[in-house]
Amino acid sequence: MTLLRERGTRRPDVVVPRGRGSIRGPEARAGWLFVAPAAVLLALFVLLPVLMALWVSLTSWNGQGSPFTGRAPFVGVDNYTKLFTEDGLARQDFFTSVRNNLYYVVLVVPLQTVLALCLALVANQRLLKGRTFFRAAFYFPSVTSSVAISVVFLFLFANSGTVNAVLGLFGIDGPLWFSDSRGLVHLVLDGVGLVNLDAPPAALADHGVFGLSWWDWISGPSVAMCTIITLVVWTTSGTFMLMFLAALQDVPVALEEASLIDGANRWQRFRAVTLPHLRPVLFLVLTLGLISTWQVFDQIYVMSQGDPAKTTLTPAYLSYRTAFRSFDYGSGAAISFVLFSIIVVLTAVQRWLLRERRG
Amino acid sequence: MRRLTGTFLGYAILVFFGLVFLYPFFIQIASAFKTQADAAAHPLSLVPHPFDTSSFQRIFDSTDFPRWVGNSVLVTVLVTAGRVFFDSLAGYALARLRFPGRGGVFATVLAVMAVPGVVLFIPKFLVLNQLGIYDSYAGLILPLIADATGVFIMKQFFESVPPDVEEAARVDGAGVVRTYWSVVLPMARPALITLTILAFQGSWNEFPHTVVAVQSPELFTLPRGLADLVSGSLGKGTQYPLKLGAALLATIPVAVLFVIFQRYFVRGANEGATKG
Repeated sequence: MTLLRERGTRRPDVVVPRGRGSIRGPEARAGWLFVAPAAVLLALFVLLPVLMALWVSLTSWNGQGSPFTGRAPFVGVDNYTKLFTEDGLARQDFFTSVRNNLYYVVLVVPLQTVLALCLALVANQRLLKGRTFFRAAFYFPSVTSSVAISVVFLFLFANSGTVNAVLGLFGIDGPLWFSDSRGLVHLVLDGVGLVNLDAPPAALADHGVFGLSWWDWISGPSVAMCTIITLVVWTTSGTFMLMFLAALQDVPVALEEASLIDGANRWQRFRAVTLPHLRPVLFLVLTLGLISTWQVFDQIYVMSQGDPAKTTLTPAYLSYRTAFRSFDYGSGAAISFVLFSIIVVLTAVQRWLLRERRG
Repeated sequence: MRRLTGTFLGYAILVFFGLVFLYPFFIQIASAFKTQADAAAHPLSLVPHPFDTSSFQRIFDSTDFPRWVGNSVLVTVLVTAGRVFFDSLAGYALARLRFPGRGGVFATVLAVMAVPGVVLFIPKFLVLNQLGIYDSYAGLILPLIADATGVFIMKQFFESVPPDVEEAARVDGAGVVRTYWSVVLPMARPALITLTILAFQGSWNEFPHTVVAVQSPELFTLPRGLADLVSGSLGKGTQYPLKLGAALLATIPVAVLFVIFQRYFVRGANEGATKG
């Protein structure tokens, strides 16, 4: 910041021999020349398309011809009301996908944050040799192709795959991961004998909201969804570990030593010295996680396509499927704008929290 | 004594998680060289028995794998070159050059960065359709060159460099373009390498864009071809050595790059994250 200000005041004295206009001309021209290609690409392939899609979300365009010539029927906000107020398949699918994604977020965000923090704490121990190697090992999954990794996990969780083989070593009969649509909460309630999976309590099953019964709302993530949750926690923890590591390296050594002399044990030191230092990064990691978990798509496309029984359907995948498989581009676009607003709200919360920190 | 047990515990945790994070890759490599029956019968074993390379033969004979690799290389080279060139130009202009509308352009870059990729599926399809480049190489490549994060990273970098050297060059009478080309760019090497790696990794692994931009199998890149292979034509539950082998081959370029340029990957991860 000081650099910039310094430059601003000094430069005119040095390079402007004949008044402002003469130097501004060529510099302004060069500025526009330099920025134009990137700006045009961004406007053409991000900003303009968003506006076009906003229009299409108000039509029932089916992919034939152009949606901008007036031949696509204008339906107003119908595509949006179908998602929220009209009882029907569209609303049921949409809220099923929201439910699935909610459970996904609730599990992935805390798990990946805690795992990343643990990995960073261990990989930051100065006494341990080979830290660099392990750091690289933890981070490697993050840089590989999501599609290629999904293929590997398809094999790991296959019926006769690695995970079930490991479970078999402990005498556990692993489930048929990708075809098991039973929800975790349902399974637990059934396991402790509170309810019967085949005959859910009428109080829950007969009433509901947004096209789903209360029984469906409380299902928890399905067994199939758990494979995707595992995969994502496994691939993203490495990235967040790096952020924690960068912050850990800023913890003043003097402070740690002082607390050692004061006789603080490991846990007290972590609570009193390390954790306060990590608070800003923790916020960042949590909110980045919150934003990215609403965007899960690649893994769903490769591993489950929304199956079994729609329990891995997410809003992102549903919008894709509605538009490109059912050729209902208007509804698909409407779903993506609802998803957009969810993410915008989360981003705004992130910005607000970070401003608190800086101020 | 306490220190010793602490150290031991530290190593135990490191090794455990090391296994958790690397074992799937070892399994992948081993299973690619197994027979179908062996892979299904011994999913934990790291030793193929018998050792079998026929799945790789089938990858090249019975799938469009060579074509996917060709398309991926083309897309990656053009997108990486385009991003590095345009992002550094724009980043420099936003950091150093004063021109009317600069604030507006930068605000646009920030706004675009906040737009999540998944909500762009339908928008991108619409614009490609309207421009008549849906299902073409142009549609596959051009939208990927648009990269707000890269512009932002380069702007941050140029702002962190003292302007003295370029100013000296300018006082000596060099124009903006000359100064940029022969003074600024050579200084920006570390940032350019980071950007190159981010762009390479991003475009080589890019999947969703290929789903909305093309539909002809001749235009499939590796991730798209691989996804099709797994969820489509060959069905589920079979041919694991073949699928794992194909996924392995798709992973190798980024893995090699990762081993060589690890610290640039780390830098890229941290810079991409603090963009907010």
